[in-house]
Amino acid sequence: MTLHGHVPPEPDLVQLLTPEGTRVQHPDFPLEITDEEIKSLYRDLALVRRFDGEATALQRQGELGLWASCLGQEAAQVGAGRALRTQDMAFPTYREHGVAWCRDVDPVTLLGMFRGVSLGGWNPNENNFNLYTIVLGAQALHAVGYAMGVTRDGAVGTGEPDRDTAVLAFFGDGASSQGDVNEAFIWAAAGNLPVVFYCQNNQWAISEPVERQSRVPLFHRAAGFGFPGIRIDGNDVLACLAVSRVALDEARSGQGPTLIEAYTYRMGAHTTSDDPTRYRLSEELETWKHRDPIERVRAYLVRQAGVAQDFFDGIDAEAEELAVRIRAACRALPDPGPLSVFDNVFVDLPDELAEQREGYREYLSAFEGAGH
Amino acid sequence: MPEPTNLTVAGALNAALRHRLEHDPKVLVMGMDVGKLGGVFRITDGLQKDFGEDRVIDSPLGESGIIGSAVGLAIRGYRPVCEIQFDGFVYPAFDQIVSQVAKIHNRSLGAVRMPITIRIPYGGGIGAVEHHSESPEAYFAHTAGLKVVTCSNPSDAYWMLRQAIDSDDPVVFFEPKRRYWSKGSLDTSAAQAPLPLHSAQVVRPGSDATIVAYGPMVATALQAAKAATEDGRDLEVIDLRSLSPIDTATVVDSVVRTGRLVVVHEASVTLGMGAEIAARVQEKAFYSLEAPVLRVGGFDTPYPPSRVEEEWLPDVDRILDAVDRTLAY
Repeated sequence: MTLHGHVPPEPDLVQLLTPEGTRVQHPDFPLEITDEEIKSLYRDLALVRRFDGEATALQRQGELGLWASCLGQEAAQVGAGRALRTQDMAFPTYREHGVAWCRDVDPVTLLGMFRGVSLGGWNPNENNFNLYTIVLGAQALHAVGYAMGVTRDGAVGTGEPDRDTAVLAFFGDGASSQGDVNEAFIWAAAGNLPVVFYCQNNQWAISEPVERQSRVPLFHRAAGFGFPGIRIDGNDVLACLAVSRVALDEARSGQGPTLIEAYTYRMGAHTTSDDPTRYRLSEELETWKHRDPIERVRAYLVRQAGVAQDFFDGIDAEAEELAVRIRAACRALPDPGPLSVFDNVFVDLPDELAEQREGYREYLSAFEGAGH
Repeated sequence: MPEPTNLTVAGALNAALRHRLEHDPKVLVMGMDVGKLGGVFRITDGLQKDFGEDRVIDSPLGESGIIGSAVGLAIRGYRPVCEIQFDGFVYPAFDQIVSQVAKIHNRSLGAVRMPITIRIPYGGGIGAVEHHSESPEAYFAHTAGLKVVTCSNPSDAYWMLRQAIDSDDPVVFFEPKRRYWSKGSLDTSAAQAPLPLHSAQVVRPGSDATIVAYGPMVATALQAAKAATEDGRDLEVIDLRSLSPIDTATVVDSVVRTGRLVVVHEASVTLGMGAEIAARVQEKAFYSLEAPVLRVGGFDTPYPPSRVEEEWLPDVDRILDAVDRTLAY
């Protein structure tokens, strides 16, 4: 069974691990995975959550100007992130900390823009993880452009596992309304591009429920653009991994784009500046807590795989070490100097901007040694 | 093409695109109708036939899509040359140009380059319907991270477009659509361009007053200078060529000699290029000025219906009127 021959079953939500931690089989998306691999996914989920929580704490203590938490969306992100191959490229929004983790981007690097020491500050081609994009939707077009380049480079459909390349474009239920996302669908369909659109439907675009964005399930939209769409349990890391793998494989082999709707929930605020108590009921949050993406993996490992407490203690200890490291490294991030604002505006710095920089340098030097 | 050639602006632009496609495998031409049709102005005529559908790409209809996908191609290492069909159609791509193309090099701390050229036919005088005659250059010149240039003749069209495509910084390349069919000679076999991309050029030396113009208004300014000789006035005309960065030194040098400056463009005067040039000149040549800097441009109104555009657009008489006023001051 492939996605491109897939007829959505009832219910329209692929699930391989129930909220209670029971492994279930899906007829179309079998996943062969060892308990060791599931333990590794648990580690990813737990460390991402700890990092994310530490970043929220750092914001509360004034070390970050803002933080956009991925709390509740760890499985959606780790499942997709772990389905990527080295040569694949991911185009995130600003909330894909779990995908960054899977791409080996140091969490401290992500903090730079939220602390205000950079506007992004990493090389997208180093880990094949694009810069965070804040004006949402724009990145979906960047993904299809990148996929055009992949196609032109002959890196699709060769059958060579290390060469064939897919592009994974992230966005949410809110950004699915953006023109750029819809144009990206059109570009991808018209060019049969090797791109997987990965929509984390976390139910809320700041204060607006998903009903404000769509009268049909978001994955249904793909049909109108001419490619497959599917809804998965976004809190089930196994379903996210299995379906992402199939979609990415099909993209790499030249079958074209797919839309995956990872049905999940933003358990935290939109950002640390947001107050969700103004627009949603706490009962809703309580309902989703029962579908927690990490607890179900832990329940599986304990009850069905017989994993001992030592393992979880080890992960907890590692998480604490990570948090301590991140905290120290965040506080040690140096503030950029005033003249750094002129850096990297252009590859070839125009004379007039160089003059502006020199003028500012002279102005600043007038204060040197002047005391206060 | 070893011999100096006589080409139109359109032909020169086509030759420049052809040259870069031939010599740089990373160059791609993309936009609506750039393939078989050769673009609505035929600037890309014949290119798809010779370079293939995957290098001269007919995109779906969507300006944001054209520029946004060019960003992704640039991240992948390509050098896209995008065509926006008309000035007034660029705004759906404004976010991609201003927030992405202009900023990604900076956002990545220099790790990623955006060697994207965005070609935009601009300006009026062709009897068109709304949105086909505008001069939006100031929006882009105001944006850090973009370079903005415009050509006025076939030689500059050829060399400046080649230079723009070779630039590792993004360049918005404004083409004076009403001058597409103006002819001129150029030497396409020269080893390098006659001028750096961001230099202005004195296209007519003179001593009584300086006129700064660019794009479609250069020819009009030269006509005005010629007409002024009948009154015994010797006007210097500068083709600004680069709108960001601005070659301030060439303008200031001229004003130091002439003491008077008139800036001419089709765009509405308020917060236009003329305002910036006037500010720079008074900063750098205050004691050389014999009169206030004057601006001749479009009025602060929407671009008018075509039956009245000739009244709206700066012409020889309105330039000469400004010359009269600056000389009478």
